[in-house]
Amino acid sequence: MNKIFLVLKREFLSRVQKKTFLLVTIGLPVLIFAIYAAIFYFSVHSTSKTKIMVVDNAGLFKDTISNNAKDVVFEFTKGVAKSDLEAKAKNKDIDGYVVVPADATLDDKINLITGSKIGIMTRESITSAIQSRLEKLKMDALPVSQDLLKKAKTENKVDFVNVNDKNDSGMRAGVSYGVGIFCGILIYMILLLYGTSVMRGVMEEKVSRIAEIVVSSIKPFQLMMGKILGIGAVGLLQFLIWIVLGVGLKLLLIPILFPEASHMVASGAMGAGGSGADMAAVMQAFNTINFPLIITMFFVYFLGGYFIYASLFAAIGCSVSDGQQDAQGLQLPITLPIIIGFVIMMQAVNNPTSGLAVFGSLFPLTSPIVMMARVTQGVPDAVTWWELALSIILLFGSFIFTTWFAGKIYRTGILMYGKKPTWKELIKWAFRKN
Amino acid sequence: MAILELSHLKKYYATQKAVDDVSFSIEPGQIFGLLGPNGAGKTTLLRMITGIFYPDEGSIVFDGKKFDPENDIQKIGYMPEERGLYKKMKIGDQAMFLARLKGLSHSEALQKIKYWFERLEMQSWWDKKVEDLSKGMSQKLQFVITVLHEPKLIILDEPFSGLDPVNANLIKDQIFELASRGSTVIFSTHRMEQVEEICDQIALINLGKKVLDGKVAAIRQQYKEHLYEIKIDQPASQIGACDIFEPVNLAENKMIVRINDAYTGNDLLRYFLDKNIQVAHFGEILPSLNEIFIRLVHGTSAVTRSFHNI
Repeated sequence: MNKIFLVLKREFLSRVQKKTFLLVTIGLPVLIFAIYAAIFYFSVHSTSKTKIMVVDNAGLFKDTISNNAKDVVFEFTKGVAKSDLEAKAKNKDIDGYVVVPADATLDDKINLITGSKIGIMTRESITSAIQSRLEKLKMDALPVSQDLLKKAKTENKVDFVNVNDKNDSGMRAGVSYGVGIFCGILIYMILLLYGTSVMRGVMEEKVSRIAEIVVSSIKPFQLMMGKILGIGAVGLLQFLIWIVLGVGLKLLLIPILFPEASHMVASGAMGAGGSGADMAAVMQAFNTINFPLIITMFFVYFLGGYFIYASLFAAIGCSVSDGQQDAQGLQLPITLPIIIGFVIMMQAVNNPTSGLAVFGSLFPLTSPIVMMARVTQGVPDAVTWWELALSIILLFGSFIFTTWFAGKIYRTGILMYGKKPTWKELIKWAFRKN
Repeated sequence: MAILELSHLKKYYATQKAVDDVSFSIEPGQIFGLLGPNGAGKTTLLRMITGIFYPDEGSIVFDGKKFDPENDIQKIGYMPEERGLYKKMKIGDQAMFLARLKGLSHSEALQKIKYWFERLEMQSWWDKKVEDLSKGMSQKLQFVITVLHEPKLIILDEPFSGLDPVNANLIKDQIFELASRGSTVIFSTHRMEQVEEICDQIALINLGKKVLDGKVAAIRQQYKEHLYEIKIDQPASQIGACDIFEPVNLAENKMIVRINDAYTGNDLLRYFLDKNIQVAHFGEILPSLNEIFIRLVHGTSAVTRSFHNI
């Protein structure tokens, strides 16, 4: 035990003391956050505005077309010759123009002549602006007042109420959907990242020929376990840093960015309309999620999944002798279930009680990813307690099996140089006596 | 009492008998040479002695008790032929890690590392990384790591490969020193001249079987071909044949002869004395281990056997 700890310590320190550790640990989430922020920013603030010139000879639009997204500007002019407009469009002074003939009616087709290519989103935006303007004008022509129309148009809210739990708002389903996908993707990334990290570590030991020196002091199994635990500890440390960062950001940033949100959550006021109120609803939905359960389950599935895959990756690492290229072929049967788990997860998050979702969350090679997407939607609504228990039992049963299996392969593989073994040979090593 | 006693050790792989019924014993304080061509089964044998492999059959007695890998490997230092180090780790940390794996406490390990680093003039290496060391330098480090915990049994597999003569001598002196302080050394190689120089006793392995073992001097006696070299003051070609010997090689003033059965070196010398020929030099030629090795191994299809067909 003491020797496993020595190996663990070396693995842990050699990774944590590297200069790149903090950089990656802090830089990665910042980078991801920055990318999302950038995408969000650019989707809201379109950089270029599309300029459309309108010559409304029939007075159809009554000199205005409003555009909510503000990415298109309609400019009304009078008495500009068609050839001038054409020249402007060609010179890209304007993006397009509309000439409404003097005899046009509200039901006529509108012809928009474009100078440059207009993207599909902008086209959509132009079309809806023109249509809604015309719709309003048509409405005005009918003997129906706007007030009457508004009365007819009130939306009827549909509340989903679960028999067990009175609080099953759509907002909550949306938030737990988001949290589910987030946890699933996180576990998916952990399995791949830390799994391959274990594999590379084992390969490095074998290729650099230190393995035989080490196994003359300790058992190969101790070496393998020390490595898996050490890299797992690095992962846990990274999570702690992220959780601290996340909580810090939540406490610091949210009051700064949305000062009204926290206030509204506190007072429980949920008015209709306004982004502050929406935010408050999201926050309240967040608060109804069973975070202690989810965090506990996250660590259970993180550890279980990590041990299963890390030991399998270690088995691959020890059986190849010439680095990355050799490993690729053997790696496929192990990365495949992770990817399949990811695919099932995307489906399970929409339909947490489907047969595929239940299977995926019980099968130990996919359960760490799939089950995370289900438990966030609530126990026992989306997952029954017995499913959760069975899944965890299967997970830890397989973890014991794969560690044993990898340990057997490891003691043969780590000292074996020469040609790359096949999976068949690896299985033979595992079941050989001694 | 022997420090290590192997009896009928066997290790069979699917396609070959890597070690096939090998027995020998080693006395404490000896330098024991384990010889054999490439692929003879030396590494497999050593891996069984170091507890990395379990023998299929046979027994190992270490220090008077049945070999218990779990505990006894603390008393063994093994420097394998395929050896390396963690490339990115500092030399000092590396030595500390490996010493602690051998069960030394932090302070004990630190003290011993300092002692050995000083002894082999490596003090300034502590903060260097292995990737900055030359091959010879990392070899020295590996030697230090092997003997650091003062093992009772030191196993060195090709310890001099890649070392320049100066460093090879340095290591050789350390081996003698360790042996004189009571450590037993198993020295595995296929370089015979080193064996003759260093080892008290040897075992020769070929195709997994022990071909020969014993003291170096006794083995050379055992394989002697009754050859004598004589230098005289007249042309050797003038010496005619006789009952006592047959000339094997005649040069200007020198001849190598083989004594016939039933005669001794004294009979040969007397022959020259009787003829009143001035003898400047007279000596028996014993075969070198290299010659014995080649004679025993030659023609046995001792090809390099690989270990990947398990």
